[in-house]
Amino acid sequence: MAFTTPAMRHRLGETTRRDGWWINPAAMALTFLVFVVYAAWAAIQSKYYTYGPPGAEHYTYISPFYSPPFQEYFPKVAAFKFFPAFWVVWLPIAFRLTCYYGRKAYYRSIMLSPSACSVGKGAGRGYNGESALPWILNNLHRYFLYLIVVLVIFHWFHFFQAFNFDGRFGMGVGSLVIAADTILLSLYVASCHSVRHLIGGSVDCFSCARAGEARLKAWEGVSWLNQYHNLFFWASLITVGFADLYIRLCAMSIWTDVRFF
Amino acid sequence: MSNKMHLKVFRGDNSGGELRDYQVEVDEGMVVLDVVHRLQATQAPDLSCRWNCKAGKCGSCSAEVNGKPRLMCMMRMDLFKPDEIITIQPLQAFPIVRDLVTDVSWNFEVNKKIPPFKPKPKNPDGTWRMMQYEVDRVQEFRKCLECYLCQNVCHVLRNHGKHDVFFGPRFMVRLAGLEMHPLDDADRVKLMREAAGIGYCNITKCCTEVCPEDIRITDNAIIPLKERVADRYYDPLAMLFRAIRGKNR
Repeated sequence: MAFTTPAMRHRLGETTRRDGWWINPAAMALTFLVFVVYAAWAAIQSKYYTYGPPGAEHYTYISPFYSPPFQEYFPKVAAFKFFPAFWVVWLPIAFRLTCYYGRKAYYRSIMLSPSACSVGKGAGRGYNGESALPWILNNLHRYFLYLIVVLVIFHWFHFFQAFNFDGRFGMGVGSLVIAADTILLSLYVASCHSVRHLIGGSVDCFSCARAGEARLKAWEGVSWLNQYHNLFFWASLITVGFADLYIRLCAMSIWTDVRFF
Repeated sequence: MSNKMHLKVFRGDNSGGELRDYQVEVDEGMVVLDVVHRLQATQAPDLSCRWNCKAGKCGSCSAEVNGKPRLMCMMRMDLFKPDEIITIQPLQAFPIVRDLVTDVSWNFEVNKKIPPFKPKPKNPDGTWRMMQYEVDRVQEFRKCLECYLCQNVCHVLRNHGKHDVFFGPRFMVRLAGLEMHPLDDADRVKLMREAAGIGYCNITKCCTEVCPEDIRITDNAIIPLKERVADRYYDPLAMLFRAIRGKNR
């Protein structure tokens, strides 16, 4: 039964809302724009992405855009020498693009589909949402999740490395910046809707499922974290960019890393 | 203590209409529905509006107040500034019968398409048994009033008129309540993907924002159902795992 709704006659942006409904999508669009421009520039640079204390044999900080450093692990593979960040950043981009919260953010702010609730779209019946290409590919989110868990493990390796100043335990502002990035990225991944489903959301009867009690507890924990998934999305996006910027400024000697001990 | 407030109320039907201006006396403690009733009683006896319980439980008085889908009986007038103009319109995702009344009968037809609860076989001791924590999970979905505010704000229905291919958030909630029930034995995953059109939802969460019962429609109903559809149709590893275990579900 198809019928024409009153709202189908509304033009793009037409609404009787009197609040600042446009502020939220505009702020999200601006944040995305700043991040994408900066991340693209930082990824193409291919230098100034590590920093260590003067005279140290090995770096202490590495930009999250370049972690894991494939060019370091596989020096004989020529491909990794070109745009080394490329081999890393595609994964978080794919994970965030297919993320259930990320989808809301860019559907609203970039694609204006819809920009805000009960605001006109000026669109007709030509809409397929995620039932057809390309957006049906968002169903692959769980595969990017499996891969990003590996990336998070590398982030934790570089977290510990950020407290290793040429073989001695230490801490600088950069250590805290990398710690914030690692912890927030881990929380963002742990609070993912697909994690919630895989860990217990797919179970209907916990009392009859194998390891049901453990899965219930895990599901409850992830469900609690999941309430803050949007917060972790933005916080981890900002800290990953800031970590790269901080390390880049230190590496370029524009900023001096402050050592606490 | 009372003051006059400026109302703009939709007057018309599905072929068209206008926002008509009224000045209505408002007393302390009134809600929007009270003001609409006073308008009916004093100035516009032919104004149509639907209401029943006036307690936020029947879901009849759904409308758009200043562009936001709300239950008129639960919206206090002291939320507005004394000089604020208040716009009251009918739901925008359904045909308008007259003034503030819309024809929501499409929802009743959709509801009939959902296979009802089908209990599992009884336990050997002749009982069905489920734990409180399993009941708690689906209890959230039982709070639904069927006010259809979520259906109204869903852009798939509202702006694109996809009523013939998409059930809308209200019925995703009903599907979730049945699918996640620990004693239910029916399989609705194919229905969710095909007739219910869950793929049309792009999870922009307007349904959750307007729910008067604070049901986390997107996070707790739609996304878990999308994940179940992904298990069945979009995850080759899960398909392989099922094939090895020899299970259909």
